[in-house]
Amino acid sequence: MNFDKDLDARGLNCPLPIIKTKKALNDLTTGQVLRVTSTDSGSIKDMEAFAKQTGNELLSSAQEGGAYVFMLKKK
Amino acid sequence: MEPKKMALIATKGTLDWAYPPLILASTAAALGFEVQVFCTFYGLSLLRKDLSGIKISPLANPAMPMPVPMPVLVQALPGMEAMATMMMKNKMKAKGVASLEELRSLCLEAEVKFIACQMTVDLFDFAPSDFIDGIEFGGATTFLDFAGSADIQLYI
Repeated sequence: MNFDKDLDARGLNCPLPIIKTKKALNDLTTGQVLRVTSTDSGSIKDMEAFAKQTGNELLSSAQEGGAYVFMLKKK
Repeated sequence: MEPKKMALIATKGTLDWAYPPLILASTAAALGFEVQVFCTFYGLSLLRKDLSGIKISPLANPAMPMPVPMPVLVQALPGMEAMATMMMKNKMKAKGVASLEELRSLCLEAEVKFIACQMTVDLFDFAPSDFIDGIEFGGATTFLDFAGSADIQLYI
Protein backbone atom coordinates (compact mmCIF):
# COMPACT_ATOMS: atom_id res chain seq x y z
CA MET A 1 0.00 0.00 0.00
CA ASN A 2 1.27 3.48 -0.79
CA PHE A 3 1.80 6.00 1.96
CA ASP A 4 2.81 9.64 2.16
CA LYS A 5 4.71 9.59 5.44
CA ASP A 6 6.46 6.91 7.46
CA LEU A 7 6.69 6.87 11.25
CA ASP A 8 9.09 4.50 12.95
CA ALA A 9 7.84 4.11 16.53
CA ARG A 10 9.72 0.90 17.23
CA GLY A 11 11.14 0.60 20.74
CA LEU A 12 8.74 3.19 22.14
CA ASN A 13 6.22 2.34 24.81
CA CYS A 14 2.77 3.69 25.68
CA PRO A 15 1.74 6.44 25.13
CA LEU A 16 4.55 7.55 22.81
CA PRO A 17 3.51 5.66 19.63
CA ILE A 18 0.07 7.33 19.74
CA ILE A 19 1.42 10.78 20.53
CA LYS A 20 4.01 10.55 17.75
CA THR A 21 1.27 9.32 15.40
CA LYS A 22 -0.83 12.36 16.22
CA LYS A 23 2.15 14.65 15.58
CA ALA A 24 2.99 12.93 12.30
CA LEU A 25 -0.61 13.31 11.10
CA ASN A 26 -0.33 17.06 11.71
CA ASP A 27 2.14 17.21 8.82
CA LEU A 28 -0.29 15.55 6.38
CA THR A 29 -3.30 16.85 4.50
CA THR A 30 -6.73 15.26 4.27
CA GLY A 31 -6.69 11.90 2.50
CA GLN A 32 -2.95 11.34 2.84
CA VAL A 33 -1.77 8.10 4.41
CA LEU A 34 0.61 7.61 7.32
CA ARG A 35 2.41 4.34 7.94
CA VAL A 36 3.29 3.63 11.57
CA THR A 37 5.57 0.80 12.68
CA SER A 38 5.50 -0.08 16.36
CA THR A 39 6.79 -2.81 18.66
CA ASP A 40 4.37 -1.93 21.48
CA SER A 41 1.80 -4.75 21.48
CA GLY A 42 -0.63 -2.40 23.26
CA SER A 43 -0.66 -0.21 20.17
CA ILE A 44 -2.95 -2.66 18.32
CA LYS A 45 -5.90 -1.75 20.53
CA ASP A 46 -4.67 1.80 21.06
CA MET A 47 -4.47 2.56 17.35
CA GLU A 48 -8.06 1.37 16.86
CA ALA A 49 -9.19 3.61 19.71
CA PHE A 50 -7.14 6.52 18.34
CA ALA A 51 -8.83 6.16 14.96
CA LYS A 52 -12.26 5.97 16.59
CA GLN A 53 -11.66 9.01 18.78
CA THR A 54 -10.03 11.23 16.19
CA GLY A 55 -11.92 10.21 13.03
CA ASN A 56 -8.73 9.35 11.14
CA GLU A 57 -9.38 6.09 9.30
CA LEU A 58 -7.36 3.00 10.22
CA LEU A 59 -6.97 1.40 6.78
CA SER A 60 -5.02 -1.61 7.98
CA SER A 61 -3.38 -3.16 10.98
CA ALA A 62 -0.91 -6.01 10.49
CA GLN A 63 1.87 -7.88 12.17
CA GLU A 64 5.10 -8.05 10.18
CA GLY A 65 8.23 -9.71 11.50
CA GLY A 66 7.81 -8.89 15.19
CA ALA A 67 6.46 -5.40 14.58
CA TYR A 68 2.99 -3.95 14.09
CA VAL A 69 2.28 -1.92 10.97
CA PHE A 70 -0.62 0.49 10.75
CA MET A 71 -1.92 2.54 7.86
CA LEU A 72 -3.88 5.62 8.83
CA LYS A 73 -5.72 7.94 6.48
CA LYS A 74 -5.83 11.52 7.64
CA LYS A 75 -9.29 12.97 8.21
CA MET B 1 -18.26 19.89 17.63
CA GLU B 2 -17.05 20.82 21.11
CA PRO B 3 -13.90 18.91 22.07
CA LYS B 4 -14.19 16.39 24.89
CA LYS B 5 -12.80 17.53 28.20
CA MET B 6 -10.78 15.72 30.87
CA ALA B 7 -10.13 17.05 34.35
CA LEU B 8 -7.47 15.41 36.53
CA ILE B 9 -6.45 15.98 40.11
CA ALA B 10 -2.84 14.91 40.73
CA THR B 11 -2.08 14.47 44.41
CA LYS B 12 0.97 12.19 44.56
CA GLY B 13 4.65 12.93 44.17
CA THR B 14 6.35 9.58 43.72
CA LEU B 15 7.76 8.30 40.44
CA ASP B 16 5.08 5.63 39.96
CA TRP B 17 2.24 8.02 40.78
CA ALA B 18 3.64 10.83 38.63
CA TYR B 19 3.18 8.79 35.46
CA PRO B 20 -0.60 8.22 35.28
CA PRO B 21 -1.64 11.89 35.17
CA LEU B 22 1.07 12.79 32.64
CA ILE B 23 0.33 9.77 30.43
CA LEU B 24 -3.41 10.37 30.47
CA ALA B 25 -3.07 14.11 29.94
CA SER B 26 -0.64 13.81 27.00
CA THR B 27 -2.67 11.04 25.37
CA ALA B 28 -6.01 12.79 25.83
CA ALA B 29 -4.52 15.93 24.31
CA ALA B 30 -3.35 13.84 21.33
CA LEU B 31 -6.95 12.65 20.92
CA GLY B 32 -8.07 16.25 20.77
CA PHE B 33 -9.38 16.54 24.33
CA GLU B 34 -9.14 19.76 26.26
CA VAL B 35 -7.23 18.82 29.42
CA GLN B 36 -6.67 20.43 32.79
CA VAL B 37 -4.55 18.94 35.57
CA PHE B 38 -5.03 20.35 39.04
CA CYS B 39 -1.90 19.64 41.10
CA THR B 40 -2.30 19.65 44.84
CA PHE B 41 -0.22 18.49 47.82
CA TYR B 42 2.54 16.19 46.54
CA GLY B 43 1.17 16.43 43.01
CA LEU B 44 2.82 19.86 42.94
CA SER B 45 6.10 18.03 42.38
CA LEU B 46 4.96 17.44 38.77
CA LEU B 47 5.22 21.18 38.20
CA ARG B 48 8.62 21.82 39.75
CA LYS B 49 11.34 22.90 37.35
CA ASP B 50 13.56 20.05 38.43
CA LEU B 51 11.84 16.66 38.33
CA SER B 52 14.88 14.75 39.56
CA GLY B 53 13.55 14.90 43.14
CA ILE B 54 10.74 12.51 42.18
CA LYS B 55 11.62 9.09 43.57
CA ILE B 56 10.19 5.68 44.21
CA SER B 57 10.50 3.81 47.46
CA PRO B 58 10.23 0.08 48.02
CA LEU B 59 9.10 0.86 51.57
CA ALA B 60 5.42 0.30 52.33
CA ASN B 61 5.03 -1.05 48.81
CA PRO B 62 4.97 -4.84 49.05
CA ALA B 63 3.75 -5.11 45.44
CA MET B 64 6.94 -3.60 44.01
CA PRO B 65 8.77 -6.32 42.07
CA MET B 66 12.28 -6.72 43.50
CA PRO B 67 15.21 -8.43 41.75
CA VAL B 68 15.94 -10.27 45.01
CA PRO B 69 13.67 -10.70 48.03
CA MET B 70 14.48 -7.95 50.51
CA PRO B 71 13.41 -7.67 54.15
CA VAL B 72 11.60 -4.44 55.01
CA LEU B 73 14.33 -3.37 57.44
CA VAL B 74 16.90 -3.60 54.67
CA GLN B 75 14.66 -1.49 52.40
CA ALA B 76 14.79 1.22 55.06
CA LEU B 77 18.58 1.54 54.92
CA PRO B 78 20.10 4.81 53.64
CA GLY B 79 20.53 4.83 49.88
CA MET B 80 17.87 2.22 49.17
CA GLU B 81 15.40 4.79 47.85
CA ALA B 82 17.99 6.27 45.50
CA MET B 83 18.91 2.79 44.33
CA ALA B 84 15.29 1.77 43.72
CA THR B 85 14.73 5.01 41.79
CA MET B 86 17.78 4.49 39.65
CA MET B 87 16.83 0.89 38.91
CA MET B 88 13.30 1.86 37.99
CA LYS B 89 14.47 4.68 35.71
CA ASN B 90 16.97 2.41 33.98
CA LYS B 91 14.29 -0.20 33.45
CA MET B 92 11.89 2.37 32.03
CA LYS B 93 14.52 3.62 29.63
CA ALA B 94 15.29 0.08 28.48
CA LYS B 95 11.57 -0.53 27.84
CA GLY B 96 11.09 2.66 25.83
CA VAL B 97 8.96 4.35 28.49
CA ALA B 98 9.09 8.13 28.22
CA SER B 99 10.73 10.13 31.00
CA LEU B 100 8.57 12.40 33.15
CA GLU B 101 10.31 15.40 31.58
CA GLU B 102 9.43 14.18 28.10
CA LEU B 103 5.78 13.50 28.97
CA ARG B 104 5.44 16.86 30.66
CA SER B 105 6.84 18.75 27.70
CA LEU B 106 4.50 16.80 25.39
CA CYS B 107 1.63 17.93 27.62
CA LEU B 108 2.73 21.57 27.52
CA GLU B 109 3.24 21.44 23.78
CA ALA B 110 -0.31 20.08 23.41
CA GLU B 111 -1.67 22.91 25.55
CA VAL B 112 -2.60 20.83 28.58
CA LYS B 113 -3.36 23.36 31.28
CA PHE B 114 -1.68 22.75 34.64
CA ILE B 115 -3.05 24.44 37.72
CA ALA B 116 -1.03 24.60 40.93
CA CYS B 117 -3.19 24.54 44.04
CA GLN B 118 -2.48 27.91 45.67
CA MET B 119 -3.32 26.64 49.16
CA THR B 120 -0.70 23.87 49.06
CA VAL B 121 1.83 26.16 47.36
CA ASP B 122 1.46 28.42 50.41
CA LEU B 123 1.40 25.50 52.83
CA PHE B 124 4.74 24.15 51.63
CA ASP B 125 6.27 27.64 51.26
CA PHE B 126 6.90 27.16 47.55
CA ALA B 127 7.63 30.21 45.42
CA PRO B 128 6.18 30.67 41.91
CA SER B 129 9.78 30.53 40.67
CA ASP B 130 10.02 26.89 41.86
CA PHE B 131 7.60 25.94 39.10
CA ILE B 132 7.77 25.78 35.33
CA ASP B 133 6.46 28.69 33.28
CA GLY B 134 3.02 28.66 31.75
CA ILE B 135 1.07 27.19 34.66
CA GLU B 136 -1.78 28.80 36.52
CA PHE B 137 -2.46 29.10 40.22
CA GLY B 138 -5.91 28.52 41.60
CA GLY B 139 -8.15 26.80 44.09
CA ALA B 140 -10.88 24.19 44.28
CA THR B 141 -13.36 26.49 42.57
CA THR B 142 -11.05 26.93 39.58
CA PHE B 143 -10.90 23.15 39.21
CA LEU B 144 -14.64 22.64 39.67
CA ASP B 145 -15.46 25.34 37.14
CA PHE B 146 -13.75 23.23 34.46
CA ALA B 147 -14.48 19.77 35.91
CA GLY B 148 -18.20 20.48 36.12
CA SER B 149 -18.47 20.37 32.35
CA ALA B 150 -15.75 17.75 31.76
CA ASP B 151 -16.49 14.33 30.27
CA ILE B 152 -13.87 12.63 32.44
CA GLN B 153 -12.85 13.55 35.96
CA LEU B 154 -10.21 11.53 37.76
CA TYR B 155 -8.54 11.85 41.13
CA ILE B 156 -5.07 10.40 41.02
